Amino acid sequence: MKKLLFAKQWNWKVSGIMLGISFVLAVVAVKPIGVSTQFVILDGIIMDLFAGDTVVEDAEAASGYSSPNAYLNKSGGKYAKNIAKPMNYSFIFVLAMVAGGFVAARLSTSKPDTADQLSPPVWRKKFGSSPVKRCAVVFIGGFLVLFGSRLAGGCTSGHMMSGMMQTSLSGYLFAAGAFAVAVPTAMLMYRKEK
Amino acid sequence: MELIFAILIGFFFGFVLQKVGAANPQKIIDMLRLKDFHLMKAIFTGIGLSSLLLFTFLALGWADVGHLSVKSAYVGVIIGGALMGLGWAISGFCPGTGLVAAGALRKDAPFFILGGLLGAFIFTLLYGALKATALFTTLGGKVTLAETGSEKYSALLPTFPALALAGALGILFMAIAWFLPNEPVHSARSLDDTIVSSGQ
Repeated sequence: MKKLLFAKQWNWKVSGIMLGISFVLAVVAVKPIGVSTQFVILDGIIMDLFAGDTVVEDAEAASGYSSPNAYLNKSGGKYAKNIAKPMNYSFIFVLAMVAGGFVAARLSTSKPDTADQLSPPVWRKKFGSSPVKRCAVVFIGGFLVLFGSRLAGGCTSGHMMSGMMQTSLSGYLFAAGAFAVAVPTAMLMYRKEK
Repeated sequence: MELIFAILIGFFFGFVLQKVGAANPQKIIDMLRLKDFHLMKAIFTGIGLSSLLLFTFLALGWADVGHLSVKSAYVGVIIGGALMGLGWAISGFCPGTGLVAAGALRKDAPFFILGGLLGAFIFTLLYGALKATALFTTLGGKVTLAETGSEKYSALLPTFPALALAGALGILFMAIAWFLPNEPVHSARSLDDTIVSSGQ
C-alpha cells in the first residue's frame, strides 16, 4: 500500500487495473466518466459573468434552463442548467480530479526535474528549452483537443475508455480517428534528425 | 450523496491518472511514437477489465443499466477524434490528463487548459452553424456491439449473449496489453532479439 501511494509511477499491470476500477466504479455509482463537457460548462460560467443572459431560467425547457446559444441550449438546456448550477456531479468530479493529481504528485518520493515540468525531454531534444515555444504549442494543442472533443461529443475518457467499456460503436470510431492521426503526427513531429 | 461520489471518485481517478504516467506528456508522446508501450498496455488493460467487470455486474444485476450512457455515432466523432488526436500528439495532453497535470503543478498544463477553454468556446459559438452539416450525419446513433439490456440503446450483435461478447472483447484487449512489448523500444536490436526469442 505504501509503495502504491509513494511510487512515482505504477507498473503497467497496476496502472491498468486501477484505470479499470476507476471506470467501473464511476458507472456503478453514478455514470460513466467524462471530462471534456466541463470545459464548455466553465466557458459558460465565464460567459455568464460577462453577459448575464447566457443562461436563463425557463419553465418550458426540459431542464428548467435555456440559452440563446444553440449548443448550450441543446438536449433541453442540459448544459445551460449545469452552468447555472455548477455544484453538480460532473463539474465537481473534474475539480476533484485536479486535487487527486496534486496529491498524487506531492506524495511521490522522487521529485521531478524542473526542466521536465515545463517540457518533456523528447520535446527539448527537438525544439529546445524555450518556455514560450512550448507553451504556445501546448496552447494550440489544447485548442485542437477540446474543439475536436466537443465536435466528437467526448474525449479520451468519455469516448475511448467509458465508450469502449460499454462496447459503444462511437467509442471505437473515436479511438480509430484519434490514433490514425496521433501516431503519424507524433512520429513525424518528434522524429530524430539524421 | 452524488456530490460525495463526485469528490471521492474524481479524486481517485485524478490520483490514478497521475500515478499511471498519463499526465506526463513524455509518456503520451512515446506511446504515440510507438517507442514505449507502458501506457498503451495500461489503457488496453483498463478498457478490457472495466468492460468485463461492467457486463458481469449487469448480468448479475449489481449495476443499474440506467447508469449507462452511450454516446451517438456520427461523422463528427471520427473527424473530431482526428482533430483531438492531432492536438494530443503535439501537446502530449488530453482533456483529463491536462487537468491532472495542472494539479501536479506542471508549468505547461495551464496553457493547455487555456487553449482548451478557447477551443471549446469557439465550438460552442460555431455549433449552431455546424449542426445542419454533414459533420452530424449519423453513423448508427447510440448503438453498442453487445446488448446492454437498456431500451435506449440498440445492439449491433443482439444474438450473441452480452456477457460472452463483451467479456471476449475485454479478454482480447487484456491479451493485447499482455503481448505488447514490455521495455521501451530503443533500437532495431531489441526488435531482433524479440523475433529471435519468439522464433525459438
